Amino acid sequence: MSQSSLVVTEKRHQGASLSTYRRRAMAFGVVRSLLLCVGAIAMFVPFFWMVTTAFKYSQDIIAYPPIWFPTRVTLQHFRTIFTEMNFGRYFFNSFYLSTSITMVSVMTSAFVGYVFAKFDFRFKNVIFFGILATMMVPFPVTMIPLYLFMSWTGLIGTHAAIFLPGIFNTFGIFLMRQFMHTVPNELREAAKIDGCHELAIFWTIILPLTRPALGALTIFIFMWNWDNFIWPLIMLMEDRLYTLPVGLAMFANQYWTDYGLVLAGSTATVMPVLIVFFLMQKSFVEGITLTGLKG
Amino acid sequence: MALAGGKSTTRNRRGRSEETLVILMAMIPCIGFYVLFMGFPIVYALYLSFHRWSVIDEPVFVGINNYQRILTDDPVFFQSLQNTVIYALAAVLIGIILALSTALLINSLKRFVGLFRTVYFLPVVTSMVAAAVVWRWLYQSQFGFFNQVLSALGLSRIPWLDSPRYALMSVIIMMLWKGLGFNTVLFMAGLHGIPSTYKEAAVIDGANSLQILIHLTLPLLKPTLVFVLITGFIHTFQAFTEMYILTQGGPLRSTTTIVMYLYERAFDWFQMGYASAVAFILFIVIIALTLFQLRFSKTGWEY
Repeated sequence: MSQSSLVVTEKRHQGASLSTYRRRAMAFGVVRSLLLCVGAIAMFVPFFWMVTTAFKYSQDIIAYPPIWFPTRVTLQHFRTIFTEMNFGRYFFNSFYLSTSITMVSVMTSAFVGYVFAKFDFRFKNVIFFGILATMMVPFPVTMIPLYLFMSWTGLIGTHAAIFLPGIFNTFGIFLMRQFMHTVPNELREAAKIDGCHELAIFWTIILPLTRPALGALTIFIFMWNWDNFIWPLIMLMEDRLYTLPVGLAMFANQYWTDYGLVLAGSTATVMPVLIVFFLMQKSFVEGITLTGLKG
Repeated sequence: MALAGGKSTTRNRRGRSEETLVILMAMIPCIGFYVLFMGFPIVYALYLSFHRWSVIDEPVFVGINNYQRILTDDPVFFQSLQNTVIYALAAVLIGIILALSTALLINSLKRFVGLFRTVYFLPVVTSMVAAAVVWRWLYQSQFGFFNQVLSALGLSRIPWLDSPRYALMSVIIMMLWKGLGFNTVLFMAGLHGIPSTYKEAAVIDGANSLQILIHLTLPLLKPTLVFVLITGFIHTFQAFTEMYILTQGGPLRSTTTIVMYLYERAFDWFQMGYASAVAFILFIVIIALTLFQLRFSKTGWEY
């Protein structure tokens, strides 16, 4: 009798602990989802406020009490920035500059990285570590002499001044060298025995094999150039040559109280990148974890 | 036999000259570039930092005078150094805590991992200038989002960017928003790399979640932590864009950073020597920080 009751209480005890455990796990689950949702909303609010402001009528932007969810929208601000202001031009400048710098520096990174990884020559390590060491130097250190260099060569105020320092990319060289190490030597030797030219080997055999690294590097370098601010700010003087970040910054300072225009400008700057991100977010995230570096 | 031998030597010779060609094709432009755009500027910046020069006249050698003035007689430099240090510490350390918590929470989900990662990553792909412009509008004292919410809740408005008390904090909050997703993705990858067998073994040994976090996950995550810490400091010590857009360094210099100050000296006042000296001090601070952290974090975790 007493024994069986003991068993029963033990069973009951076990049941209770199991349900408190379950309840606790559920409570944790709820708190966790709640926290993540609050965070996600906090991430999202600035975009929401930006887009709604850009589409509101000017008087609705400064209405009191505030209009959280606009019921009427206008394209007026967008029309103004693209027709009366140079926004289309900034876009074009940013796009062609970032694209050309990215294409050139991804190619040079792959080629130089390949040579560092697969060839032997005198002073190779000295040269490589010399190049690598420049990653330690913050840009503000080289900025002033570069400015002087551009002024001596008459390049201040031109896009060449932005393009030239981007031809080689130290991080790109480093990343591609690491990646080229994983390509087996036998491939190159076999192709050589078949009489393939060294340059053809690089172009037709090696380059296609490093596509994942090339993709990550392309995204990384493009984003960096698309965002680059301080150097174009120093170099560019004319409105029609501005890149998007410089144009937007100048524009925001000049027309600050015209909130609709400024926020339409921001929306136009942000949206294309966000759309590209949505289309290829997997490569973005993989690129970040592969390269693990920011500007 | 002899014929074959002869053929192979010509092939070798041809192969070797091709190799030399490829090496030269890669190295000559590359070395030229680095001498011109890295070597020369570094040496010239060092040279300038010992001179007084306003571009229009000739550089005048002044010895260590620039450095002396910066370190003993320049309150604005110290103000901007202090701002930069506070900004870097707050943005990096709070950022790491937030990102690590977010990564742990997202990783413990069974569904919607990709969705949350995408949403948290949105600010990372937003251009810094555009993000700062948007935040300047959010912080706007009358019609900005934050003050509208505060007054709708019956609370008093906060002069986010207009008061020296709040301006730096406001910039930090914006940077936490901007950087969270980046570090979260890195931490998620780091957590992913930890073999689950360790955690299972700890659970069998009766460890609770907090013990697992402190004694297992964090030590194994050390490489990621060190990486995030070092790149975070290197990045935030060069802060410029966010302040340039949000506050222009004000009010009352409360958000002037070292790079903003350097920019001002060089391109508003054309004191190239003085600005170069400031740049070199920044350089030394960044190198010291990096070496310190590398040394401090030296442990051989292998898994």
